Amino acid sequence: MTKQPVLEVIGLTKRFPGVIANQDVSLTIHEGEIVALLGENGAGKSTLVKMIYGLYRPDEGEIKIKGEKVRLSGPREAIRRGVGMVHQHFQLVPVFTVAENIILGDEPRKLSFIEMRKAIREVNELSKKYGLAVDAKAIVQDLPVGAQQRVEILKALYRHADILIMDEPTAVLTPQETDELLQVMKGFAANGVAVIFITHKLREVLAIADKIEVLRGGKVVGTTTPAESDQGKLAQMMVGRSVLLSVDKTPAKPKEKVLELVGLSAKNDIGLPAVRGVDLIVRAGEIVGIAGVEGNGQRELVEALTGLRKSTATSMVINNYNAIGASPHKIHGFKVGHIPEDREKDGLVGPYSIADNMVLNRFDEPQFSKRGIRNMDAVNSQTTRLVAEFDVRTPSIKTSVESLSGGNKQKVVIARELSAEPTFLIASQPTRGVDVGSIEFIHSQIVAARDKGAGVLLVSAELDEILSLSDRILVMYDGQIVAELDSENADRVEIGRLMAGGNSSVSNHE
Amino acid sequence: MRARWAWSLTAIILVGIMFSYTQDEIKTTSVLSFSLRYAVPLIIAAMVGLVCERSGVINIGIEGQLLMSAFAGFFGAALTGSLILGTLFGIGTGLIMGALFAVGAVSWKMDQIIAGTIINIIATGLTSFFYVQGQVLPANTPIVAIPILKDLPLVGPVLFNNGLFTYAAILIVIILQIMLFFTIWGLRTRAVGEKPSAAETSGINVQRTRFINVTLAGGLAGIAGAYLSLEAAGTFERGFTAGRGFTALAIMIFGAWNPMGAFAAALFFGLTQGVASQLQADEVVAIPPQFINMLPYVMTIILLALVAGRVRPPAAVGKPYEKD
Repeated sequence: MTKQPVLEVIGLTKRFPGVIANQDVSLTIHEGEIVALLGENGAGKSTLVKMIYGLYRPDEGEIKIKGEKVRLSGPREAIRRGVGMVHQHFQLVPVFTVAENIILGDEPRKLSFIEMRKAIREVNELSKKYGLAVDAKAIVQDLPVGAQQRVEILKALYRHADILIMDEPTAVLTPQETDELLQVMKGFAANGVAVIFITHKLREVLAIADKIEVLRGGKVVGTTTPAESDQGKLAQMMVGRSVLLSVDKTPAKPKEKVLELVGLSAKNDIGLPAVRGVDLIVRAGEIVGIAGVEGNGQRELVEALTGLRKSTATSMVINNYNAIGASPHKIHGFKVGHIPEDREKDGLVGPYSIADNMVLNRFDEPQFSKRGIRNMDAVNSQTTRLVAEFDVRTPSIKTSVESLSGGNKQKVVIARELSAEPTFLIASQPTRGVDVGSIEFIHSQIVAARDKGAGVLLVSAELDEILSLSDRILVMYDGQIVAELDSENADRVEIGRLMAGGNSSVSNHE
Repeated sequence: MRARWAWSLTAIILVGIMFSYTQDEIKTTSVLSFSLRYAVPLIIAAMVGLVCERSGVINIGIEGQLLMSAFAGFFGAALTGSLILGTLFGIGTGLIMGALFAVGAVSWKMDQIIAGTIINIIATGLTSFFYVQGQVLPANTPIVAIPILKDLPLVGPVLFNNGLFTYAAILIVIILQIMLFFTIWGLRTRAVGEKPSAAETSGINVQRTRFINVTLAGGLAGIAGAYLSLEAAGTFERGFTAGRGFTALAIMIFGAWNPMGAFAAALFFGLTQGVASQLQADEVVAIPPQFINMLPYVMTIILLALVAGRVRPPAAVGKPYEKD
């Protein structure tokens, strides 16, 4: 390509206290090109695009937009120069309408008054032009995630973005929605928009990128194209060593029931039915995976099972104990391990040390305390052992857990829960926000727990995780288990359709 | 749901007023006038809270802002001999107090409750320390009757025969209602109060928006303070705002963070006060005056208990804005 690049990033460096988030990062992108930024969490992808969008100021290096060297004072200036961004966590005002969100900051006006009719008209035109269906008058918080993302994309297009940054846009989508989005992105490129696509999903990168930039530890460690690479090579570049992408496991040998659940119902935070009559059996020695788009009752199901949420059930038997109405502490005593989906909120106390977090739900066991006095020697030796065994990277066991990276925090939770040797393990989004290297480790630990005889209930929004770990797969939609599949015969497309609420068209039975 | 019972209540009150008017014109008019006068500072002070909270800042320092500007208004007028200069002193002091609060709660990202408490303590301290007895206003604030309208039955004497501050309060409510929901300022302010990160990424300067709004709201508090000392009381006493700044916050909540809603809530508040005073004066009910004086505080508690959990504050209120 001989044309001038629309965006050139030359030798960008960004330091935060104690870390170099980006070091000497360079990047060029041309009109109509899709460049994928690939890297683990903490590799510096988000920092890089935030500098391009004016949210952070680089310490060194320069950014050239359309050949002109710029010093961006903030998003406003980046927007003016044609940079648009679709944020990983949508930057939409939940109580505003679609149109209000799209025009915010760049409102069609007469004097100081907003011309709402004009705004709605423009949104509808834009929506038609790019094939992104939205209802301009709908309130954003009432929309499903996929539609919110379309609003977010339209917001960038409304500002005439010709450099579009998409930060992990597929993380929240079903497989079908992902495929649609990838098509939309191709459409943008065909219209001359330069797309920067951030992800850590290798399949997507290989499917649509023109160029792949791999970041690791804040540096660009390689530039390649889909034609020159494959999943294995990309993963190796990301992590810096070869990675086992598939999980190595033997067939399950299910034994006695560890969970027998009949007719569980629970409400969500705003009091609407979220789990609607779920029956579920988990046996020792098997991993049961629950696939589903987030927000279909999985969180409430897990919270009901762990005693964190009120629920009603005809029967809820865990390890032969009646668990109806039992407190979280009591359920923990039934030899249940729980890896919560939000480790910061439900799994760890951030300011506490690793040692205190390692015994957070076990501090009162006789080995860790006597007559109300804690036995810190026992706690510390246990922690030292687990930190080594679970490969938690930390300067000390006295370090506060909040200063650890996501992957290491998760390892602390998993170490604690598995060290109690549960016979029933509930793992909810066990690898969310965790780097590829740690994912591999966490997966092997979950399989090891199964092989030692625990029954595992795995809840994940990552279909790949469900597919590679589960022995049986259940699909949850709208508070109900809508299908059960044998992992041998499970098919991505079919599960994806079920996740989106489609009926089972292909029978899974012989 | 909420709107329906609010409308029903309004309808019942209006019918009650009509009925009472047919029984006793003079008394009804006087009770309503009293109620409106009682409501005026609450209306304006509720707007102060509303502008701040819609931008994501809890202003618990309204009380202090009222007190300082009532003080400045009164002594400004007494010393210069000019009611207009006194009013300007009041508003100016309100703006300064607003800016001071904004420096703490916005620029320094202090805990907003603590920043507001500091404002209250400063105001109590300064106004007590510099208070001198024996000052009087140069004149009473003028009553401005609006021609033609003032001759309407009932509404004429109640609404259109008032001091300038009363008209100002009504105008402020109407203007704010329009600004908040139909102008660019309003859209951006609400975005900043609901989801500042979304505003920031849309190119809006969150900190600047909050700083300006909180400061301007201080100016409104200045108007309310000046009203209290110059028009309502005609004097200044130590601590004489008597918790109106806090009551205004309750009214703002009862009005669901809407200017018109808060306006209605303040009028309702004033009306209960007016009716109770009248009943006592007529010796219809033998309530000791202490209970009548207790009424605003009891009402505040009842109002808050009624709406608790039913109205939703701006989502980002109370949180200093940190990028990321």
